[in-house]
Amino acid sequence: MMPDLGKYADAVLWSYAASLALLVALVVLSVLRGRKIRAEMEKVENRMTRNG
Amino acid sequence: MSIAAKANTLWEYANPRKFLATSERVLPVFWISSAICLVVGLIWGFFFTPDDYKQGSTVKIIYLHVPSALMAINCWLMMLVTSLVWLVRRHHVSALAARAAAPVGIVMTLIALATGAIWGQPMWGTWWAWDPRLTSFLILFLFYLGYVALWEAIEDSDTAADLTSVLCLVGSVFALLSRYAVNFWNQGLHQGASVMRAAAVTGADTEEKVSNIYFYPLLLCMIGFVLLFIALVLYRTGTEIRARRIKALLARERVSG
Repeated sequence: MMPDLGKYADAVLWSYAASLALLVALVVLSVLRGRKIRAEMEKVENRMTRNG
Repeated sequence: MSIAAKANTLWEYANPRKFLATSERVLPVFWISSAICLVVGLIWGFFFTPDDYKQGSTVKIIYLHVPSALMAINCWLMMLVTSLVWLVRRHHVSALAARAAAPVGIVMTLIALATGAIWGQPMWGTWWAWDPRLTSFLILFLFYLGYVALWEAIEDSDTAADLTSVLCLVGSVFALLSRYAVNFWNQGLHQGASVMRAAAVTGADTEEKVSNIYFYPLLLCMIGFVLLFIALVLYRTGTEIRARRIKALLARERVSG
């Protein structure tokens, strides 16, 4: 159940929303770039193995 | 095991293959434990702690503001150590770890600045003041941006690592100032340390301190932020190592025709 945040509700909720959005964005972008680079490396390695 | 033997074991992780193999093994532990600590700590702090008698419900911002500020400073100190390792030992993994940590530091500093401004408005009556701690934190944020920009601006990665390491040494002054500005200049709106002060936590001094009701969930959030930072830096360092390998392979391919 949502606690009663009184007159400071906006400040508290904005703090949580902004911080969690930034943290989630950081994790998601890091993982997406990690996957992309990993796939690219495998592609280059396979190509080099094929070409000797 | 002797100290020298332990140090030699540590240097083994300068080998990219060893680093990748070990980080892949330990990463799930860090991701899961950080998620547990953060979810439990934030839910505990947000839903199950009372309002402060002076600050009302804004005290709940502490669970994000303090851990992010802690990590903003310690991230730069970690970058300082890895930059020094690069300058002295020329281990590429350490330079790449510093590069990987910088965007994490930017986000931590941004969260600390944003939550500080949102908290400051109702408590101090202003979003921003040129207070020693706030100002040194803003300069630290600008140093982070400059650090990332310098890495992106220089094509040769060894030269970039050299120059960013020197920038990191210079910026360390502001990382330390962000932590101790209140002690150096006893003025401004921002309060002094009231959480990570041993005497405040144990009750050995009579200065203002954080009540244990708020301290325990805060401690859990701080542990969660530390674990998340480690997970992110390990993961992102692995990405940087692979990106460097792609560059090396493509260069070899070009040379061989």
